Amino acid sequence: MNVQKLKEISKKARIDILKMVYNASSGHIGGAFSAIDIMVYLYFHKMNYSLENYQDNTRDRFILSKGHASAALYTCLAYKGIVPENDLLSFRKINSSLQGHPSRKLTKGVETSTGSLGQGLSFANGVAIGLKLKKINSRVYVMIGDGEINEGQIWEALMTSIRYKLDNLRIILDYNHLQIDGFIEDIKDPKPTKEKFESFGFETFVMDGHNFQEIDETFTKADQVKNKPVFIIANTIKGKGVSFMENNVDFHGNPPTKEQYEKALAELLNV
Amino acid sequence: MFEKKSSMRTTYGKELVNLGKKYDDIVVLDADLAKSTKTELFKKEFPDRFFDMGISEADMVVTAAGLASVGFKPFCSSFAIFLTGRVYDQIRNSIAYPHWNVKLVASHAGISVGEDGASHQMVEDVSLTRVIPGMTIISPSDSTMVKNLMEKIYHYDSYLYMRLSRNDVFDIYPENINFEIGDSYIHKIGKDLTIISTGQMVARSLEAKFELEKEGIDVGVVDMYTIKPLDTKTIDKILNTSKGILVCEEHSYIGGLFGAVSEYVVRKHPVPVDFVALEDVFGESGKVEELFEKYSLDTKSIINKGKKLYDRI
Repeated sequence: MNVQKLKEISKKARIDILKMVYNASSGHIGGAFSAIDIMVYLYFHKMNYSLENYQDNTRDRFILSKGHASAALYTCLAYKGIVPENDLLSFRKINSSLQGHPSRKLTKGVETSTGSLGQGLSFANGVAIGLKLKKINSRVYVMIGDGEINEGQIWEALMTSIRYKLDNLRIILDYNHLQIDGFIEDIKDPKPTKEKFESFGFETFVMDGHNFQEIDETFTKADQVKNKPVFIIANTIKGKGVSFMENNVDFHGNPPTKEQYEKALAELLNV
Repeated sequence: MFEKKSSMRTTYGKELVNLGKKYDDIVVLDADLAKSTKTELFKKEFPDRFFDMGISEADMVVTAAGLASVGFKPFCSSFAIFLTGRVYDQIRNSIAYPHWNVKLVASHAGISVGEDGASHQMVEDVSLTRVIPGMTIISPSDSTMVKNLMEKIYHYDSYLYMRLSRNDVFDIYPENINFEIGDSYIHKIGKDLTIISTGQMVARSLEAKFELEKEGIDVGVVDMYTIKPLDTKTIDKILNTSKGILVCEEHSYIGGLFGAVSEYVVRKHPVPVDFVALEDVFGESGKVEELFEKYSLDTKSIINKGKKLYDRI
C-alpha cells in the first residue's frame, strides 16, 4: 500500500470538496471530511473497482448510506475517471448530474440513491445476499453515519446482516460524534457503542478513520472473518483537515464564507 | 349474478410458484405474513429464494432493491397498510427514485380486511402510491385476472404496486381473456352512464348495471384494473358516448381511482363524475358484507348513486 499516494488523493479530494461546497453555496463539508480518508482507501487501494469494471456484477461495491457526504463520493468517482472531473464544480447546480445527494439515475458509479437516512444498510444487505446467491465473491462496503443510527431501520437491517451471516459485508460507522442539532451524545447516545454491535453478533473492529495504516490493518483483519458480518467503528473527526472546521457542527451543512474558504484552502494546501 | 368465489392471494401465491419454476431470478420477500399473503407457497418450493424479513417492512423493501441491483426480480408482500403507508419513504427514495425493479404486491387492501378493524384496513394505498413518479398500479378484480397478469408483471421492467383483497371475490372472467398492464377491460360503454370500477367493486358494478338497465338507463361498466398509468384511450371512448361517469372503488374517494379519472375528465371534456367509495373516514371491525353496506359500497349504493347521477344528466 502506498500511503503517500493515498494521502495525496485525500488532500486533493478535500480541496475539491471545499471548492465544490463553496461554489455551490451549500453542501456538507464536515461529514465529507470525516469520511473521505476511508473512501479514498477503499476506492484507491482496497476495492476491485475501476472504469473498466464498474458496471460488472463482479465489482466490489461502496454504498454511501450517509448520502449527504456526496461531495466526497463524487471526488472519488471523478479521480476513477467515471465522473468527468470537470463536472465537479457543477455540484448542486441546475442541470447537473451531481445532485445534492447521490442519484443512481443521474450519476455513473453511484450504486443507489441515498440521502433519506437509514436505508443504505438494507440496500447493502440485499446486494450482499444477492451476491451470495449468485456465488460471486465480491465485497460490499457500506458507510453509515453516527447520527444516521438514530433511524430505526438501521437496527432492523443490522439484524438482517446477522441473520444471513453476510461475511461479504463491511459496515463502516463514521463515528464523528456530531449531527445537525449537536453532539450525538446529547441527542441519542449510542454508548456502549462497540458492545452494542458486538452483542448483535458482529465481528467488531475499532480504528482511526484518518490513519491509512490502521485502516488497512482493520480491513485486512476483516477479510479473515467467516460466517458473520463485520462492523467497523471508525473514529473520525468532523471537518477533519481544517482547524476551525474540526468538531464544529456549524460546518455540517453550511458553506464557508469567502474568508473562511480562503483560510481553509490555505490550510489544506499547506498539508 | 355471480356465484363462484375464489382467493386472489392464493392465486398470487400459486403463480409465484409457477414463475419460480420457470425463472431462477425471481426472489420473494415477506414480513412475517407469508401465511396470509400466500407467499408461503413459494417459500415451501424455493426456500433458498425466499426471505422472511420479519416484522420490518422498511428493511424488506430496501433489501429487495439491493437484490434487484444484482439482477434478481424481487416480489415483496405484506398487508397493504404495511407495504405502502408504513414504507412510503422507502418506496419513494430507495425503489422509485433510483428505479429498481421491485414488485410490491399487497394483500388485505381496503375495508374488506373485516374484523381486524381500521388499523389494518388500508384505504389510502392507491393515493399514496399514485403520487410517486413513475409508479404503476394494478388493482385486479378477480383471480383469473391475477393469474393472467402475473407473468406480465414478472417481465414488466419497472417498479409496480398491486393491491389484492383478503376475502374471496367473485369470479368474473373466463380463462381465455387477455389482460395487459396499462389496459382496462370494457364490458360496455353506456349511452347514459358508464361505471368505471376497480378491484372487487367490479362484480358489484356489473350487478348494479343489470338492475339499472331494468329501469331503462343505458349503463356501461369498465374494469379499470390498471389505475396508473391511466387508460385514457378508454376514458376518451367513454366521454364520446356517456353523459356521466360513476367511479367505484374500495378506497378513500380522495386520491384514488376517482381522483385519477376526475383529473383527466376535467381537463378533457367535463361530464358529471361521482363516486361510490369511502368517505373521508376510517373503517371499523365487522363482517365484509356488513362493512360494505354500512360504508355504502354495496350494490344497492351503486344503484342509488347511479340513479342520482342519471337524474343530473
